[in-house]
Amino acid sequence: MTKIELTVDGASVSDDVEPRMLLVQYLREKLGKTGTVIGCDTSNCGACTVHLDGTSVKSCNVLAVQTNGRTVTTIEGLADAAEGELHPVQESFRECHGLQCGFCTPGMIMQAVDLLAENPHPSEEEVRLGMEGNLCRCTGYHNIVKSVLHAAEQTSAGATS
Amino acid sequence: MIPVEFDYLAPASVEEALAALGEHGDDAKILAGGQSLLPVLRMRLNAPEVVIDLGGIASLRGIRDDGDALVIGAMTTHHDVRDDSLVREHALLLSKAAAEVADSQIRHRGTFGGALAHADPAGDLGAPALALGAQFVIAGPGGTRTVEAADFFVDLFETAIGDDEILTEVRIPKHTGWGAHYEKFVRVAHQWPIVAVAATVRGSIDEARVGLTNMGSTPLRATATEQALAGASATEDGVRAAADLASDGTNPPSDLNGAADYRQHLARVLTGRAVLKAAGA
Repeated sequence: MTKIELTVDGASVSDDVEPRMLLVQYLREKLGKTGTVIGCDTSNCGACTVHLDGTSVKSCNVLAVQTNGRTVTTIEGLADAAEGELHPVQESFRECHGLQCGFCTPGMIMQAVDLLAENPHPSEEEVRLGMEGNLCRCTGYHNIVKSVLHAAEQTSAGATS
Repeated sequence: MIPVEFDYLAPASVEEALAALGEHGDDAKILAGGQSLLPVLRMRLNAPEVVIDLGGIASLRGIRDDGDALVIGAMTTHHDVRDDSLVREHALLLSKAAAEVADSQIRHRGTFGGALAHADPAGDLGAPALALGAQFVIAGPGGTRTVEAADFFVDLFETAIGDDEILTEVRIPKHTGWGAHYEKFVRVAHQWPIVAVAATVRGSIDEARVGLTNMGSTPLRATATEQALAGASATEDGVRAAADLASDGTNPPSDLNGAADYRQHLARVLTGRAVLKAAGA
């Protein structure tokens, strides 16, 4: 067992974990944060995307011990859910119906937030490229891309108003 | 699946890491960004008893100007290589190739040195490193040595790094102002290339360097193409004869993505495209 201390969704946590435990397992099984899902378990699909120190990573491809001393944000920590709030990108996915079954959605949203942080005004092509590590088996991606573009518009409208 | 059990060590310095490697030898595996190693461990294709994580060694990260070369720390991520202003100015080819590695999430974790040490012949950084004449700085129990790119890649997943050694940094001779392009042919987005070509040129065209990805058990340099490109005009007709030499001496794999002769055809076509784009044509 290895002791880790980190911040997850704003809260300090401390645990003894097996070195082989994946970050996604730690989030789901130890912390109960099942909003982060396991899709492919091969680091292909991006459903398990979270932010590590502010940038997107696939949490099935990071060991929990590698996050010692660092900060993790999951889909559950994007907005203050207890207050019934949604992050603007979550709101946009709802508005544009950027999902069908919803399984890929947590990862899609976490990657979209990262993409917009780096490039607040992406073109459609830049959205498609920036989201290439996230697979959706239902939608054909059109509404997901619309959701990200809509979120970009909303955010810039909000910033200028 | 999850990996089999292992002990985890997080050394704070290269010296500590080398000591751990010396103690555990063959039973240990170095963890850099983990984007290739963790899938291997999860699929249980490898089961080291000890994993030595270099993630806590700050000196292995970053890019610095060292006169006639850039020095890239082995633990610098693909994301940081892609965006670095020094790399864009002096080794644009690396920025272009780093941008094509896997996807955004993987580029945030995967490292320049880790990918080169992994030496996957379908990896995106070997061919550009070879084309740019990279020098690999390797630390071991007896000190540090430097290996030229031509001697670094030995075979499939095999490099000149010894069992008791660690790749610490890579020196890239400056190619200031050279145009560059990495032409990657994939079946689906964010996958390994079936074939890719790394090209960088001075002028249009005074000099050229061309590397090939996935055209053999190691990255390859298309030297005949490079020689034929010196003085060529940056037009389709001007580069065709040189591009047609790109498959000479290659020994690509045949697999579900394509037969060897198809890959050789791709290498010739993609070389033409890569060179023209690198020349801004």
